[in-house]
Amino acid sequence: MHRSMTRKEKIWILRNYGNCSGCRRCEIACSVKHEGKIWPEASRIRVFMLVPGVEIPHLCFQCEDYACVKACPMQALSVNDRTGAVNVDVSRCTACGLCVKACPGSVPHIHPEGNRVVICDLCDGKPRCVEVCQEGKWNALTTIPIAKISSRKALAKDPKKLTIEVAEEILGAEIAREVMG
Amino acid sequence: MRGYAGRFMEIDLSSCDIKEKRFPDEVLRDYIGGRGLAAKVLWDRLGSKWETVDPLGPENILLVLTGPLTGYFPGSKVCVSGKSPQSNGVIGSTVAGEFGVDLKCAGWDGIIVTGKSERPCYIFICDSQIEIKDALPIWGKRARQTLQFLIKESIDEIKSIRPLYGEAKEPSILYIGPAGENKTRVAAVISKYAHAAGYGGYGGVMGAKNLKAIVAKGFGPLPEVYNMDRMMNMARRFSKETFEMEWFRRWGTGGGGYSFAAESSSEPVRNWQSEWHNKKSYKREEFDKYWVKKNWGDFGCPMTCLKLSVLRKGRYRGAICDNPDYELQAYLGANLGIFDPEQNIYLSYVNNELGLCAIQGGAAMGFAAELYQRGILTKKDLDGIRLEWANVKGFAALAEMIALRRGMGNILAEGVYRAALKLGKMKRTNLLKYAIQEKGVAIGAHGIRSGKDFISENISYACSVQAGDHTSPASLPDGGELSSIMPDSAVYCFFAAFGQSNKEILNFYRSITGWKLTAKEWFGEKALRILQLQRAMLLLGGPDAKWKPKLDDDNPPRFWEPLPSGPYKGKALNRKRFERARLQYYRAVGWDVNGVPEPETLRKLGLSGVEAKLREASIIE
Repeated sequence: MHRSMTRKEKIWILRNYGNCSGCRRCEIACSVKHEGKIWPEASRIRVFMLVPGVEIPHLCFQCEDYACVKACPMQALSVNDRTGAVNVDVSRCTACGLCVKACPGSVPHIHPEGNRVVICDLCDGKPRCVEVCQEGKWNALTTIPIAKISSRKALAKDPKKLTIEVAEEILGAEIAREVMG
Repeated sequence: MRGYAGRFMEIDLSSCDIKEKRFPDEVLRDYIGGRGLAAKVLWDRLGSKWETVDPLGPENILLVLTGPLTGYFPGSKVCVSGKSPQSNGVIGSTVAGEFGVDLKCAGWDGIIVTGKSERPCYIFICDSQIEIKDALPIWGKRARQTLQFLIKESIDEIKSIRPLYGEAKEPSILYIGPAGENKTRVAAVISKYAHAAGYGGYGGVMGAKNLKAIVAKGFGPLPEVYNMDRMMNMARRFSKETFEMEWFRRWGTGGGGYSFAAESSSEPVRNWQSEWHNKKSYKREEFDKYWVKKNWGDFGCPMTCLKLSVLRKGRYRGAICDNPDYELQAYLGANLGIFDPEQNIYLSYVNNELGLCAIQGGAAMGFAAELYQRGILTKKDLDGIRLEWANVKGFAALAEMIALRRGMGNILAEGVYRAALKLGKMKRTNLLKYAIQEKGVAIGAHGIRSGKDFISENISYACSVQAGDHTSPASLPDGGELSSIMPDSAVYCFFAAFGQSNKEILNFYRSITGWKLTAKEWFGEKALRILQLQRAMLLLGGPDAKWKPKLDDDNPPRFWEPLPSGPYKGKALNRKRFERARLQYYRAVGWDVNGVPEPETLRKLGLSGVEAKLREASIIE
């Protein structure tokens, strides 16, 4: 499943929202890996459930123009040459929130401790969230070569928009509207 | 203290007073959390006046408790308890979802709610911030609209608390529908759609407190554990084993609507008049047609046994539910003479919107329909409904009457047992023979006559301290209910732990808490103590119902009749064998020949206060 990084092929995490069970094992795996604890709100991937049954695993889309990186006044964000992930330099980040505002998908969030932003680092090329999703055979998350996605920025939408789209797909447009209110 | 947040919150809705409450380590070591701790708290606070406490009055205490395993064990739940308006004892009623996880991440192990709010309210928790908020805009509203309102208002509130956080995730929510607001005894406490803490009737207890919902968001991590690597390794191993259970992962209990009837002859059909059917229309493949092709899980769950059902078109367009899971397929399907998945999904949806427990509400409707079949209830009694079997529209209308306590619904809202007494008086005949219930609690959809269900002992329900609760059956040789006390008290989903030995679970508990607990200590002492407390409060009962073990530790009359159809036709329970098993069970758990905890048992467990109370109430003579 995982393209070996030795081949220098950058990966992208493909989401199949309709497959997400809402088990949130990705949040557990991510927070254990990065924080050493089970900590859903500190996870780099967060599952939104604005409507029960419509679960949206939300994480960095790696937009081509990296608007978040450009928006950072402290040069705390950079693109990892090898993986293409956005790396956060914790010593520079002031948690100002400008990257959050710049993101077309409202993906980054401030760590619950309040002093830094958290963004998916692709676990240096072997994302744990994808591993646990595959292990359970849910296939909501898969890694693919980044070159296969022509416009990543176009896919970067905020959780509410994604919820509407996925709800329409799962429930049909009319019922989705009723459920969303 | 590891695995626990270390503090509980106590909210008095009468005075709006909010306090922090801590329990000593010894109490947590003995009672764990969830069901066990609920029994302890209820006994300490209400035990001395138990018989006089009205479960639907302001003196009752509502408990929403996690356990040390909540969030760590792969498959999360939260336990709701209090004095039950069904059994008048204590039932630990669990519901899946993220609520327990959010609560612990907010730094709380549980919530103790006392008193009664003057006006409809809901409790909002975000970390250490706790507010009692106005629920007037959603009072009377059904599931869907209640959730819409609470999710939106809570996210706005969270954003104002953490303005720079970024996009805020929704909080976890426990809520009631109109059935709870109207203090019916058949109302559930619900999470998401169709996730319900049904047994016990705690939806009505919330309603009696004018409490529409509890909302929780926690920004912290789960509490620290004793040995993280060991705990994670075990969780991984449990999950791996679960991943192998392909059949159950594929179908969940929603694969049972046909097979529990056709194969094991243990499904309620038309108010348990039979337990067998061979309706091919009710096969799992037929349900599969309405399933969204996704699994539906809760925090950490490797099983994801629920599936999401949606009726996109047809007469019942717009209905959303789970599989329905087996209990719903049985009680809102076969038990009402319905063998059409589409109709079953629709009724499950109606039921959930109204906040009814599918088992208790479905049982009340099946009971009414049998009375209609026998001409005891008429169209006139039912406000014009012709309550024939499979009359889906009729049952949907009746569900609404129950939830809103209208007309005949007002009587059925009391649950099968009390409705049988009331209607029996009105109709001047004994109707208890049509009431399939155990000590005020309608029985789970697992018949025991064929002996082929996984619940198959003649004492399974009769001797359980949670009465009709099929998740806590009594069994021999050593009091099987004691093993059910573990998942309900450590608060995790045992569906995600099929096949895990007691030893594994106790090791897992140790990796989290650091506390060694042997099987001998658990079964011989701690679980037994919790069982005695529950038994004592069940026998004290009151004020409107009181159980006599000789009379009431029994199966419903219908279970003594031979099965009328199917491959096990003619099979019935044997009275002599039952009485022998009952006595053997009493002995195994330290009760006398009358089913009363022996003074010696109580003293040995340090429960001499219970002994004194049972003497005062003349239960121990």
